[in-house]
Amino acid sequence: MKGISSRALVWGLLLYACHTPDTPARFGFGRPASQAEIDSQNISIRPDGAGLPAGSGNFAAGRSIFQAKCASCHGPTGAEPTPNRLVAAFGDTVKAKTIGNYWPYATTIFDYIRRAMPFNAPGSLTNEEVYHLTAFLLCSNKIIDSTTVIDARSLPRIVMPAKQYYVNDDRKGGNEVK
Amino acid sequence: MEEKNDKKIPRRAMLKAAALSATTALMGGVKVPDPVKTGVIPDPTKVQGAVPGKLGTRSPFEQPIKKASEISGRTPLQDLYGIITPSDLHFERSHAGVPLIDPQKYELLIHGMVERPTVFTLKDLKRFPALSRIAFIECSGNFRTGKETMTPQEICGLTSQSEWTGVMLSTLFREVGASPKATWFLAEGSDAAVMTRSIPMEKGWKDAMIAYAQNGEAIRPEQGYPARLFLPGWEGNMNIKWIRRIEVSDQPFMTREETSKYTETIKDHKIRQFSFDMDARSIITYPSYPQEVEKGWIEIRGIAWSGRGKIDRVEISTDGGKHWNNAVLQEPVLDKAHTFFRYLWRWDGNPAEIMSRAVDDTGYRQPFMKQLIDARGSDMGGYHLNPVTAWLIERDGKVLFKPEKRK
Ligand code: HEC
Repeated sequence: MKGISSRALVWGLLLYACHTPDTPARFGFGRPASQAEIDSQNISIRPDGAGLPAGSGNFAAGRSIFQAKCASCHGPTGAEPTPNRLVAAFGDTVKAKTIGNYWPYATTIFDYIRRAMPFNAPGSLTNEEVYHLTAFLLCSNKIIDSTTVIDARSLPRIVMPAKQYYVNDDRKGGNEVK
Repeated sequence: MEEKNDKKIPRRAMLKAAALSATTALMGGVKVPDPVKTGVIPDPTKVQGAVPGKLGTRSPFEQPIKKASEISGRTPLQDLYGIITPSDLHFERSHAGVPLIDPQKYELLIHGMVERPTVFTLKDLKRFPALSRIAFIECSGNFRTGKETMTPQEICGLTSQSEWTGVMLSTLFREVGASPKATWFLAEGSDAAVMTRSIPMEKGWKDAMIAYAQNGEAIRPEQGYPARLFLPGWEGNMNIKWIRRIEVSDQPFMTREETSKYTETIKDHKIRQFSFDMDARSIITYPSYPQEVEKGWIEIRGIAWSGRGKIDRVEISTDGGKHWNNAVLQEPVLDKAHTFFRYLWRWDGNPAEIMSRAVDDTGYRQPFMKQLIDARGSDMGGYHLNPVTAWLIERDGKVLFKPEKRK
């Protein structure tokens, strides 16, 4: 070894060892989570449908729930030019980014509505209501027809029109602007 | 001093009374006007000052404030002299307001692809070996333009810096036995948006932290009390506040905040997803609107930062971008951290255009708006915009923002 003598290195290592007692593999802090506990908190839904609950929904039932619980902010059809416009089909010449022209996965609609909407009463909808609303929004955005039933099997199979445009970030720093 | 004699007025009370009468309180039933409001300040060497209090105060002459909207509050960058943002001036952005969380009831659940699904209380988290790190957090939607009368706070006040303390996520991953096959984890907040983002495990193992302290004290509610995720250099939204759950997985969850939001349209209608790193940028905070300057020596000041590493240098132009010179970087120059810069300039009194440009240690140089438009197209979204920003100094010493055109 050049520059630094092996004796100094050994001393250095010894000193290091004295000041840093071995970190244990585990500390044993925290308590085991029960399955019931996990299930009560785990509301996430993956694009492959994992996490979707039992139940189903359709356009007509979704429309009446939407008018009762969502229209006050998003307009009666969801297509009104509100700050959070939800409806504009793919190819429509509107600037707003909507479920129809921008969202890459249909499962996200269920996940987001169940966790965060209605804004004034988040977390208040039943799974059945969320399925109905999901069907209503998919149909209004011309992604499914009004007879399609939305459930844990059909929802993850829907191919969203904007999906084809999504690309992963490839900025890496260095001498380029991306 | 001990106060043994009951009949004597305790010294503390006397001091307090003296201080009160010296400032605002009652004198023989007559209310003395507030000296700060009237501008009639008594000679401070001739009256007793205020006695020590339970909390420190700002001088009544200094009133830096956040600029708040319904959804965010911006840091007054132009009022700061260093790299640490006072905790009460740290920017905030939330999607469903700031929740009130009882630290006694707080729990963090880690489950999914782990050997031992575990619940940690706040006390548990604090028992683990801790680490502190100074780094910025910036919202990825941190750029506004449009008019000349804009302050640094209005242009890019959604960035702030603190010393964060907590337990490294890698420590917790080891504790629960996270699977080596796992590639992503979901972080979930306990606000009314139940905010969720998917994060690569690689970042979790590398430098992610569950932070419970900010600038030496418990984290502020607006920043995620009692605990938040901290991902140095990555877009603010992913640093999930009020974190309650981590689900270890082998794929991203494609939540609303990583699809409908926090993605940007780029050329050919493409939509860029998972844009995690914050690109390098800088802003001159002095002189800036609405300050005014005088002819002669001016120390140009500002901050520069990069989500990819350290600031290598900050280049300054005082002639609209024709010539550039390096500013002096104020130590410490830290990884993924706001870095303060200074540049001495003699202003001759003629109209001038001053600007700063950050270069980080990957060699990335902060672009002009035109370069961003060329790279991403004019329909580019509002996320990850980090253009060079310029200030116009007028003959009378007034300083105005030079608005960047988006097209
Ligand atoms: C009190 C007003 C209000 C009501 C009622 C409401 N929303 Fe919302 N909604 C909002 C706001 C505000 C946002 C944006 C939140 C944000 O950005 O964090 C939003 C966002 C959304 C989004 C995401 C939009 C996007 O492009 O990302 C969906 C989907 C949605 N709402 C569905 C619903 C549904 C379904 C209902 C009825 C059950 C509903 N909302 C009721 C205010 C409301």
